[in-house]
Amino acid sequence: MKVTVLYFARLREALGRDRETLELPAGVTTVGELRGWLVARGSPWAEAFAEIRRIRAAVAQEMATDETPLGDGADVAFFPPVTGG
Amino acid sequence: MAVRIQREDFDAGAEIARLRAGDPRIGAVASFVGVARDRNDGAEVATLALEHYPGMTEKAIGVIVEQAKARWPVFEILVIHRVGDLKPLDQIVLVVVTGSHRGEAFAACEFVMDYLKTEAPFWKKESTPAGERWVDARESDEAARSRWQRPG
Repeated sequence: MKVTVLYFARLREALGRDRETLELPAGVTTVGELRGWLVARGSPWAEAFAEIRRIRAAVAQEMATDETPLGDGADVAFFPPVTGG
Repeated sequence: MAVRIQREDFDAGAEIARLRAGDPRIGAVASFVGVARDRNDGAEVATLALEHYPGMTEKAIGVIVEQAKARWPVFEILVIHRVGDLKPLDQIVLVVVTGSHRGEAFAACEFVMDYLKTEAPFWKKESTPAGERWVDARESDEAARSRWQRPG
């Protein structure tokens, strides 16, 4: 399964990129599994996901939880708590 | 849909006039304008950069607007939120709600702002004398949103 992962704000800066297209291994089918897989890739994902508190996720532009399933070709976004308004 | 994300400033008076034009059912217009301050968390703020997630932002605010319309008998809701580089005194966000009576207009306006603060994907970065810093989310904003949640 292939997904596009988007990063915003502090997380985007910590990773030095705003997106990447990734081919996921068979066992990675949910947001939580993707998060774990990114962290397991090591630096800089491991540090960034550890240092930035309460990172949230969205799948197909809707707020997601760790249990939210990923679809092939989906946009998956990770970002810090929002601060608009 | 009356949700606009834009870099340009807005004219609240003109937006209110447009929203209620020709609708004699309207007896109340509630509005909120959020403005950039010159101090935050003990530091002077020179500029404010607002980032968002294009596409999701409009969608998320659209959902909030629909929730407000389902909950109160209001007519129209307009939300304008600016992005890009702002400075103290600049307007950031406008919410306007029209209804028959003030009670539902006030409530829906506050509901939209409380949800926007915690659910719409915007992020603020401030420049201060000590350098740039991302604004941290406030627990008080979570609390403000939680009070609208109903049991069941």
